[in-house]
Amino acid sequence: MTATPVLHSPSAAAPLARGTPRRLRNGRIAVGGAVLCAMLLLCLVSLFWTANSNSNFYYDGQHTEVPLAPPQVRPLWMLFGTTRLGQSLLGQCLFGGVISLTIGVAAAAISLVLGVGVGIVAGYRGGWLDALLMRIVDVLYALPYILMVILFKIALEPLLNGMKIHGHPMLNPMASNLVVLFLSIGLVSWLTMARVIRGQVLSLRSLPFIEAAHAAGVPQWRIFLRHLLPNLVGPITVYATLAVPSAILQESFLSFLGIGIQKPLPTWGSLASDGLPLSLTPVGPCWWPLVFPCTLLAVTLLALNFVGDGLRDAWDPKRDGAKI
Amino acid sequence: MTRFIAWRIAQLPLIMVVIYLITFALVWVVPGTPFGQTERKLPAAAEASLKAEFHADSVLSFLGYYPTRLIFHGDLGPSLSYEGWSVNDVLRYSLPVSITLGLFAMLIAMVGGCAIGVFGALRRGGVLDYTSLGVALIGISLPPFVVAGMLLAIFSDRLHWLPSGGWGSLKQLILPGFALALLPMAYIARLMRVSMLDTLGNDYVRTASAKGLSRTEVIWKHVFRNAFLPVFTYLGPALADAMTGSFVVETVFNIPGIGLHFVNAVKNRDQTLILGTVLVYAAFLLTLNLLVDIGYTLIDPRIDITARSAAT
Repeated sequence: MTATPVLHSPSAAAPLARGTPRRLRNGRIAVGGAVLCAMLLLCLVSLFWTANSNSNFYYDGQHTEVPLAPPQVRPLWMLFGTTRLGQSLLGQCLFGGVISLTIGVAAAAISLVLGVGVGIVAGYRGGWLDALLMRIVDVLYALPYILMVILFKIALEPLLNGMKIHGHPMLNPMASNLVVLFLSIGLVSWLTMARVIRGQVLSLRSLPFIEAAHAAGVPQWRIFLRHLLPNLVGPITVYATLAVPSAILQESFLSFLGIGIQKPLPTWGSLASDGLPLSLTPVGPCWWPLVFPCTLLAVTLLALNFVGDGLRDAWDPKRDGAKI
Repeated sequence: MTRFIAWRIAQLPLIMVVIYLITFALVWVVPGTPFGQTERKLPAAAEASLKAEFHADSVLSFLGYYPTRLIFHGDLGPSLSYEGWSVNDVLRYSLPVSITLGLFAMLIAMVGGCAIGVFGALRRGGVLDYTSLGVALIGISLPPFVVAGMLLAIFSDRLHWLPSGGWGSLKQLILPGFALALLPMAYIARLMRVSMLDTLGNDYVRTASAKGLSRTEVIWKHVFRNAFLPVFTYLGPALADAMTGSFVVETVFNIPGIGLHFVNAVKNRDQTLILGTVLVYAAFLLTLNLLVDIGYTLIDPRIDITARSAAT
């Protein structure tokens, strides 16, 4: 990224039509990245209060005397109002942000590892292994995506809960719920990644420098790490960035259907789906349980998409037009 | 070409078998049974006899009974949680609902998306251009259930223009149709816009105008047709998405479609119904993907899918 301003410095006589989108692109990455960092920092730093059961901001601290209080500046913990159980909505939103982002990043990481692994192996080894792996990908592609996430979710849950170390459950129920969620989203969403990486590896493999490395007797793993992987960084970053928002959205979807994260843990998606009926009821509707989580969710997803799209345009010289 | 299509069709049963087995493995490891979930816990003996009656007592008896029935009678077996219903009947009533809704939504998405994209590209920076951008931003940044809820609140609760849910009349189709169409419409509009802008810069467009064709003719006959290909690529998966991704819309608007039954089946651990739904969805996806691949060659004869599949 640092090289682009030099190439397109104002003094260079680049035609405006070509120069503008590129500058815009960098702007998008910068703005998206800044918003993202701010959101991440806010959610993480606020953990000191939202995860502390003595604080008023504690995500599950139920102030039963003030259910569904409207937002007010003082006291600060009621800045976003309260939920139906009198929890601080601000605390819930911040803590929910941590969980939503965890799910997004973890699911993206899983699909990244699987997709890149399968893609590299299939593209590099070729032959029957390639054919086998790609047929598996084809079959999985034919499976309805969201149905599979749901099925994985309910199938993995008991498996993980049943796992024991020295007679003790490996994870407490809350943690295992979280792990199951990002596992099931990650395990289903690596297919596109595998195809893209395989295509890249196929075209890289025939280039002279890989052949030269072979001829020089460089071991296989070293060719993987030193020669193939650095050339794949572009598509990998782009898909990783775009996989995070889609995983977060899928979690909200599962929460809405009642098979997502279990209470009392909040996520932006589950907060929004809790807030939806509250703000739609004809009798005394309240807007804050819906609007605040949705705004945070939307801002984060937009920022992630901006960064992802910006990166994609930056890596791919053929795409000049900004899609979104 | 014919050989390629025949080969693809010949693969379909094999893929369906694999899908059946994967889905079966997933639903089988889930503990809990559909029996006796509603009232008090069933006595163990009663549960065992129910399981035996429905061939759900062991892997062998399940796999020995249902697949053979499916292959020889086209029968997916009884639903384990909807008493007295067979899976075939559930699908027979709910599938047309979901297909109608999906097709209607895709029709809106296609017409609306193409129109917004084309006119947006012709007047860059105009109102329509920003409309499509706005819709796209809403589509990627808000969960679908929030969008559906908003539509419900505005057009049904506040304005009383349209009914709030249910199924049967054209009026009840409009809101869920739009809710479902929003995301694909935004996507099509953006695709169409980019692709129109690409195509408009070609020499043959200038030639067409230079030889005196009217603007309408140039745009619709020469530019639009060529710019449509990327959109067409997206149509297959989008149509499948509109039919499979309609859980949310069906839940919000209380529409008795196949998505609603799938969610219920998952919650009730209804193995036969889950298998039936997944199979139907998969069959749809496979068929649509095949049709899209064949459609490529019809729209653009230069594309040779047989070569493409050899390369991948």
